[in-house]
Amino acid sequence: MSAKLPTRETPDYDEHYVAPDADKADFAELPDAPPRQRFRLSWTGKIGVAVVLFWLFIAFFGSWLAPYGENDLPFPDDYAEFQEPRAGAWLGTDGADRDVLSRLLYGAGRTLGISVTAAVLAYIIGVTAGMLAAAGGRWLDAILSRTNDAFLSFPNIMLGLIVVAAVGSSIPVLILTAAGIYATIVFRLARAIAMEVAVMDYVEAARVRGENTWWVILREVWPNAALPLLSDFGLRTIYIILFISSLGFLGLGVQPPQADWGSMVRENLGALQYGGSIWAVLAPAFAIASVTVAINLIVDDVSVHSGGRLAQRL
Amino acid sequence: MALAPIFQAIDLRIAGVRQDGSEVEIVKGVSFDVRPGEVVALIGESGSGKTTLALSALGYCKPGLRIVSGEARLGGQDLLRLPLKMLRRLRGERVAYMAQSAAAAFNPGMRITRQVTETAVVHGALARPVAQKTATSLYRALDLPDPDAIGGRYPHQVSGGQLQRLMAAMALCSGPDLLVLDEPTTALDVTTQLEVLQSFQKVIKQQGAAAIYVTHDLAVVSQIADRIVVLYAGEVKERGPVKAIIESPRHPYTKRLIAAGHASHGGEAPAAPGQADTPALELRTVSAGYGKPINGQPPFLVLKDINLAIPKAGVLGVVGESGCGKSTSARVIAGLLPPSAGEILLAGAALPPMLSKRKREELRRVQFVYQMADTALNPRHRVGDILGRPLTFYFGQRGAARRQGVADLLKMVDLPPAFAERYPHELSGGQKQRVGLARALAAKPEVILCDEVTSALDSIVASTVIRLLHRIREETGVAFVFISHDIPTVSAFSDQLAVFYAGRVVEQGPTAQVLEAPLHPYTRLLLDSIPKLRPGWMEAHLASRHAIGEALVPGLSITQGCPFAPRCPVKLADRCEQALPPERRVEDAWTHRYLCHLERGTVDAPAK
Repeated sequence: MSAKLPTRETPDYDEHYVAPDADKADFAELPDAPPRQRFRLSWTGKIGVAVVLFWLFIAFFGSWLAPYGENDLPFPDDYAEFQEPRAGAWLGTDGADRDVLSRLLYGAGRTLGISVTAAVLAYIIGVTAGMLAAAGGRWLDAILSRTNDAFLSFPNIMLGLIVVAAVGSSIPVLILTAAGIYATIVFRLARAIAMEVAVMDYVEAARVRGENTWWVILREVWPNAALPLLSDFGLRTIYIILFISSLGFLGLGVQPPQADWGSMVRENLGALQYGGSIWAVLAPAFAIASVTVAINLIVDDVSVHSGGRLAQRL
Repeated sequence: MALAPIFQAIDLRIAGVRQDGSEVEIVKGVSFDVRPGEVVALIGESGSGKTTLALSALGYCKPGLRIVSGEARLGGQDLLRLPLKMLRRLRGERVAYMAQSAAAAFNPGMRITRQVTETAVVHGALARPVAQKTATSLYRALDLPDPDAIGGRYPHQVSGGQLQRLMAAMALCSGPDLLVLDEPTTALDVTTQLEVLQSFQKVIKQQGAAAIYVTHDLAVVSQIADRIVVLYAGEVKERGPVKAIIESPRHPYTKRLIAAGHASHGGEAPAAPGQADTPALELRTVSAGYGKPINGQPPFLVLKDINLAIPKAGVLGVVGESGCGKSTSARVIAGLLPPSAGEILLAGAALPPMLSKRKREELRRVQFVYQMADTALNPRHRVGDILGRPLTFYFGQRGAARRQGVADLLKMVDLPPAFAERYPHELSGGQKQRVGLARALAAKPEVILCDEVTSALDSIVASTVIRLLHRIREETGVAFVFISHDIPTVSAFSDQLAVFYAGRVVEQGPTAQVLEAPLHPYTRLLLDSIPKLRPGWMEAHLASRHAIGEALVPGLSITQGCPFAPRCPVKLADRCEQALPPERRVEDAWTHRYLCHLERGTVDAPAK
């Protein structure tokens, strides 16, 4: 309520003002912080979710939707490299005159499947080791962390090249390599977050109660570390897509004639150089970019929700 | 005395903007003014909008807030409608802000004077050499030691109280007309607080600046303010000269605030427990510290030869300045820090020093309640799980029995049973603290350790929590160790009092006796420093008191003589700095003990 006061004129100095609700007796304790907002997606976040769901659908059902087989020619009677888009081949054809749209749909499952599987594996390895390092005492922490540092000191792509060059490229090898490389980064993050949580009073309260280490990790630390780790999971998947794509670009990723987005870009680079339909390059590149941007949009929302601290840490 | 006001808030409304775009009013049409040379206090509990209001005097609004309507006039200019460029000139030149935590306000990597003079120099108000001279004279006015050289130090090289005063110098350096002080002494110990307050008062009068003083502590306000504005939920409840508000409050909310300030004094004397019983908890010559032990003794000793005993259903109050080891003593009892010497007895039986060596049953009998309820409750667990876990863990209760147990616990701490479904962030500060207490009670303990459980709460809420503790003790017969730097709160609840200084218990005894006839000079200093809810008390008090510095050396780094000797007003030159004082007992009350070379702590009765 607005107090009516002689404001602009200089009020009486010794005035003793009492609010008009002086008969009120109940003064409840004031809430000391605004209640936490429920997590809600902004419109950009909703676009992100829609795009991710779209690609996930394609990943599962792309091969049924594709008008042609992965390596079929849409126009067997009219062979030409990099044909412009037209009826029957809506995204044109690639350097071997195959239908770009069909290869894109087939490639979705492979690209996303490999990266999501690798990201899940990286998380299982990285989070388990990270939590153990944070809660398991000084020696275990030292051994795990230093070993991890040694692997971290290699450039990702170099480590990948070495493994793939040595063992040969196959999808299981790609998945395991990516998982191993990215587990090192996940380990760092999980350990840092777990250590931040482990010094909270509620963790100490659980220790004083007599709870064992596993209870402390699973019930006290993990629920508070899960949200930041979850949003990092999205980002990590993107990095793995890009990693697999760069391996593909160097010719060490998914091997021809199988389609995946990264190798599609590489195979068809000639279109830029020699002329012809650039859609063979643009379409897979755009697919990679759209997944990247979409996941980032979702992560932004989660990060804002968790108070912005997350964004600084990532 | 119709001086034109320096600052005027006119029907100011400030709203918080929610995520969905809706707005909540935080300041609801507040008007007040500040005249030259006067201190106006904004008082209210957290959430009352006092800081938001004070910041409007700088034309500043925290992110997420929006000024809806009204004016904030500084010398006739409406700050809220000024372009940012003009505002930037005003801030620091005509109005200066001083935050609660000096430690956070200073850059640890820059020398002090450079930071103190920064605003004045950057704004071009003063040339650097002139600004430095101004700073030095401010240091002198603020009673800082070695005013010519202190500015050359780094922030970590001065004490907390000194840093707080240096921050005042920073705010005053460019000679502002208006100073905004946001809880500037809340983080300080009582003894330090008094000296800092005194310096503030002096320098504000000297500079002829006006000030807005934000606080929740009425006793402090009554010493320093000329006028008071009482805020509740963003509205002015009462406003007037300090004497009128303190001595004849008219609004029921103000009355409650003042009652909460008074209620904490005294308290009824509880029945003295029988001496013959085994104490619920006993500490025998316990020493503890941090760091890797050298020759069986930790390099940083925090506690030395602590002897304490808490009778069954008794309450031991532990008081002392920060760093005196009072929280460490609770950690030692809880097993979080194993003592380097001595033993801890629970109902007569020795407790293993290490937490991991204690049996579940032993852990159950000693429970801990934390200072910060925010970090003590897991934000991802519902209240029902927080309280239910100890029931399952210690008593194997599940399902309906556990739900019933949770409901009983909530009832015990005056919370509705429906709170079991809530998460901690859906509770207020006082409610969270009750849940923390209920979690401790769930274990049906014999001893509860309360570490500063009311210091983060506002005075009204704190006094209800103390009432609750009283009732719980009567109902359950549990013994409490109640640690706090706030002596009135401790004395309202405890029946035994232990005064810690530099890791030793310098005096202990029945609360009423220690308060009425303190025998150690430090206890006297501590008790004298508690601001009284009476305007003019501070001047009268300081005039009669010796100037006593802060404890600059932490812990037990004083190895020779009495640790209190450097600050002691009655020390004996030949003895106090040479030898550790003996423990003395009062003949007619053997439980009242103190560590001093002087009999009854006075010079006129020297020790035999």
